[in-house]
Amino acid sequence: MLTIKNLHASVEDKEILRGINLEVKAGEVHAIMGPNGAGKSTLSSIIAGNETYEVTDGEIILDGEDISELAPEERAHKGVFLSFQYPVEIPGVSVTNFIKTAINESRKANGQEEMPANEMLKLIREKSELLEMDRKFLSRSLNEGFSGGEKKRNEIFQMAMLNPKLAILDETDSGLDIDALRIVANGVNKLKSKDNAVVVITHYQRLLDYIVPDFVHVLMDGKIIKSGGADLALELEEKGYDWLKS
Amino acid sequence: MELKEKLISSFMAFEEKVDVGTELHDLRTSALKNFETKGFPTKKEEAWKYTSLNAVLKNDFSLFPKKENNIEVSDVKKYFLNDLDTYKVIFIDGVFSTFLSSTTHDGLDVCLMSSALTKPKYKMIIDTYFNQVASKEESLTSLNTAFAYEGAYINIPKSKVVEKPIEIIYFSTGKEDALMVQPRNLVIVGENAHVQIVERHQSLNENPVLTNSVTEIFAQKRAIVDYYKVQNDEQTANLIDNTYISQKQESRVSVHTFSFGGNLTRNNLNFYHHGERIDSTLKGITIIGDKQHVDHYTLVNHEQPNCESHQNYKTILDGQSTGVFNGKIYVEKEAQKTDAFQQNNNILLSDKATINAKPQLEIFADDVKCSHGCTIGQLDENAMFYMQQRGIPKKEAKALLMYAFTSEVTSSIKIPELKAKIAKIIATKLKVNMGFDL
Repeated sequence: MLTIKNLHASVEDKEILRGINLEVKAGEVHAIMGPNGAGKSTLSSIIAGNETYEVTDGEIILDGEDISELAPEERAHKGVFLSFQYPVEIPGVSVTNFIKTAINESRKANGQEEMPANEMLKLIREKSELLEMDRKFLSRSLNEGFSGGEKKRNEIFQMAMLNPKLAILDETDSGLDIDALRIVANGVNKLKSKDNAVVVITHYQRLLDYIVPDFVHVLMDGKIIKSGGADLALELEEKGYDWLKS
Repeated sequence: MELKEKLISSFMAFEEKVDVGTELHDLRTSALKNFETKGFPTKKEEAWKYTSLNAVLKNDFSLFPKKENNIEVSDVKKYFLNDLDTYKVIFIDGVFSTFLSSTTHDGLDVCLMSSALTKPKYKMIIDTYFNQVASKEESLTSLNTAFAYEGAYINIPKSKVVEKPIEIIYFSTGKEDALMVQPRNLVIVGENAHVQIVERHQSLNENPVLTNSVTEIFAQKRAIVDYYKVQNDEQTANLIDNTYISQKQESRVSVHTFSFGGNLTRNNLNFYHHGERIDSTLKGITIIGDKQHVDHYTLVNHEQPNCESHQNYKTILDGQSTGVFNGKIYVEKEAQKTDAFQQNNNILLSDKATINAKPQLEIFADDVKCSHGCTIGQLDENAMFYMQQRGIPKKEAKALLMYAFTSEVTSSIKIPELKAKIAKIIATKLKVNMGFDL
């Protein structure tokens, strides 16, 4: 589904990614781990199309199409979803109105009619229940005054609503207490299918107890230096990252 | 002939046309004298430092339209609050339109200034209120006073809650090459009475217009007045709006000013407190581009203790447009426990747009809460990326973000139909097809 070939990227002439190669197939869960400053968040931002970073070399291929020149919204319309590490607060736009706009803009871009209001309401009800979200929450301004946990839950709620092909979860576990972690992980697991894929970016092994990866990659100094199965995460938890430095 | 000379020399002819008593004649004559002495304001004056009338005054404005102009309802329907039963006081090129209006004398007066100024039964009220809160010093207000004749006259008796909003609309047909109009409105709201008013100035084509409007509002004890100004005119229209509000104790007056159109717009908005526990709200949204210019010049004069004022102005500037916000809060020595708040946020979308923001607080009491905040920035790029990531295209994301930026002002619009209309104007202004249904 997603193939990243020799990806190099920089911000203000500082090279952050130095030749990433990654292959994610439908139905798989990949975890990308690594120390702070390794380039994990940069990688997720670049896949989603953040224009702050400059891709200097390489390709990002989604279902056979190079998407590296596409605008963020065009990638979103093709099924790329990024759960933000720091979701942005947007005062004056309610959670409901935001997600309605997002869904209908995607449908418009894919040549579909707007979603009928009753269908939308039903979907909102269903998905907010999945994430154990309070009704009142939905009419509040997007992320404004939300706790860290509420923000992350809201991200996964949006993911559930948009039903993406490729979901990238950037440090979704940070700022979550154990109950919220369980709810969020449960949400992600329910959304997993043989047709979509999940890339989990995390610092710690904790989230991977709940969302079990098929593959674990270690990102250090802008490169994937080691890949393995779920056991690799446990090993990293135990030994840290220093032993991987050559 | 320059506009100033033209105005002065036409005064006698004007006064011959209108039938008024000696008091009004004296009042007009001294107002004209003040204008004659001071002339049009220039950038040399502190209050007009950022707004120049020079280019506007070069037009050869007609002062009195030559004939009665008619317009069809279908041509102007879109400027009304659709699907809403309202009182309407409508003027075409400064002349009252019976056909488009819906006035009343049934339990309240919603009618014409010209009747109020000339009919004996209104004399006492005119003597009590007319030109009582409007400035006698400010030259443009004096100019309006000198030629005051037509406009809306609204008198709401004690304890009357007016169910229907009142719409005051001034249309310019553009049948004159260039037209100057000087509407004069008087609004008196009795004790415990409540009224909602929407005022609009609208050109129907692109011939230049200069409107120098004066509105006096008197809110008696515990009266509630919600006043909305919709400024979405053609880019050849110029508006100088002078609004003076006198508030008695425990009254609540709010003025929302929506400035989207016009070539040059100057809003002089003045609140004077005469009593305790008064609440004043001044809010505004300005969204302009090209070479448009909007200047908000506000004054809240806190004279008595325990009063509040809330100001919140949001500005979005694109192209080579210029915005000005000058907010003056004056707290007199007696006005202890004043709570005065002022907020002015500005977004510049282009390198060539300019904002001049100036909070001006003069406080002579020692136990008050006065705060002001002013920000100037660009659209938040993180927020843009976030919205785009969720599939909202750049243009729409930008529009949604800008609408959200104005939400502190739109959220307090108490007429839902007006709120929808403003949302629609904003969408059109931002060139998106979105509902913003919040």
